[in-house]
Amino acid sequence: MLLAAVILPAELAGAEEHTPPAKKFLVPPPPFSPGIFPCSQCHQGMPANRTPRKLEMMHQDITLKHMPGGWCFDCHNPDNRDKLKLSNGKMVPFDESYNLCGQCHGTILREWKAGLHGKRTGMWNGEKQYLLCVHCHWPHEPAFKPLTPMPPPVRPVDIK
Amino acid sequence: MSNSCRRKGINRRAFLQGAAAGLAGMTLPLDNAHASFWDAFLQKHFREMNDTEIKKVISRLEKECEEKYKKVVSIGTEKPLPGVQFGYGLDLSRCIGCRRCVYACVEENNQSLDPQIHWISVLRFKKGDKWVDLENSEKYYNPEKVPQKEYFYMPVQCQQCENPPCVRACPTQATWKEPDGIVVIDYNWCIGCRYCMAACPYGARRFNWASPNRPAEKLNPKTHYLGNRPRYKGVVEKCTFCIQRTRNGRYPACVEICPVGARKFGNLLDPNSEIRYAIEHKRVFRLKEDLNTYPKFYYFFAYGR
Repeated sequence: MLLAAVILPAELAGAEEHTPPAKKFLVPPPPFSPGIFPCSQCHQGMPANRTPRKLEMMHQDITLKHMPGGWCFDCHNPDNRDKLKLSNGKMVPFDESYNLCGQCHGTILREWKAGLHGKRTGMWNGEKQYLLCVHCHWPHEPAFKPLTPMPPPVRPVDIK
Repeated sequence: MSNSCRRKGINRRAFLQGAAAGLAGMTLPLDNAHASFWDAFLQKHFREMNDTEIKKVISRLEKECEEKYKKVVSIGTEKPLPGVQFGYGLDLSRCIGCRRCVYACVEENNQSLDPQIHWISVLRFKKGDKWVDLENSEKYYNPEKVPQKEYFYMPVQCQQCENPPCVRACPTQATWKEPDGIVVIDYNWCIGCRYCMAACPYGARRFNWASPNRPAEKLNPKTHYLGNRPRYKGVVEKCTFCIQRTRNGRYPACVEICPVGARKFGNLLDPNSEIRYAIEHKRVFRLKEDLNTYPKFYYFFAYGR
């Protein structure tokens, strides 16, 4: 431990990049529709059609109500279907999709990392379980869906 | 006068003392089978007991619970963690008023189901109205879906005041503020006078008008002496920040259930905690600040600056 502390600053000084390694957040697996992942099981050997169009053979149930004018390959990766694609061309796995969402929603990503946006479970002084953006916001239509409220309390007049 | 009384061999005081002792002997149980009655009767104040005395009390209470519910109930006495002041944050810009927290709290903290006791009240306000007017808020709303466009919601529970009026009102010191900031109640010292309820400006305390009714299969067996252990008829109870969870490092039940992540919890003394981030970066207020109660329950608006 002590040795590492001595070596680490020296190593950092020698390194070209000073950015610390991206922190990994503990998240449950992404909420895929059952049997749909890995995407390559169908897309393997299928040539990618890069023309924006209305899908007619598969995935017709998805209507994109997110970015006006957006379409699949803004986020999905035509070259490796099992990964997502940032706007700079970098690939991110599905369980780090928050980096993709954060490209536009930077302030939200910052607060998500700080523990403010979204739900945390686990330990307040230790390991926390995060949720991916897509656990609460379906990426193709991200607005949070209204819920049925739990029953109201018993009114004093109704107490027997 | 007194001399003449003494000469007779008995005076008024001696007579009364003798009569009282005789009556007590007739009515109070003295045999071994009622040892636990006397142990309960003579139980010391929680903060005045040493560790062995606490252990004895806990084992007696656990045995009582086991007899009543026919299942093993553990009653913890975890001490406050050093260097910790608990703080709570609630994001009013996210709360949708779904009441998931209310029922998660009931499940965790063993409240009575009938008569119903809830530690959290979710209040509904019309947007744009004078909403600090708490008395005119709606608590019994029941629409098909929440949130409704024209309303917003504010859950209220014990605010764990730094300067708690309820503690000052209690005539038996059955309620006090712990070093980690949680205001707790010793249900064995509460005499049910409800002065604390009158003193609380937030309406956060609840009274057991009847014997708390909770089926054994719904009883959470992981409890704390100052928190969610089974209560008695005629005692006051309230939110304890889930003392049985938070003193073991876990989040309160209401934080973990909230589907929109509006509830935040952490150590106010830890500059990296979520609650500190909220206080330092967001618009924050505390309920009824003008009363100088200094709540450790912070309402904030994460969205919309």
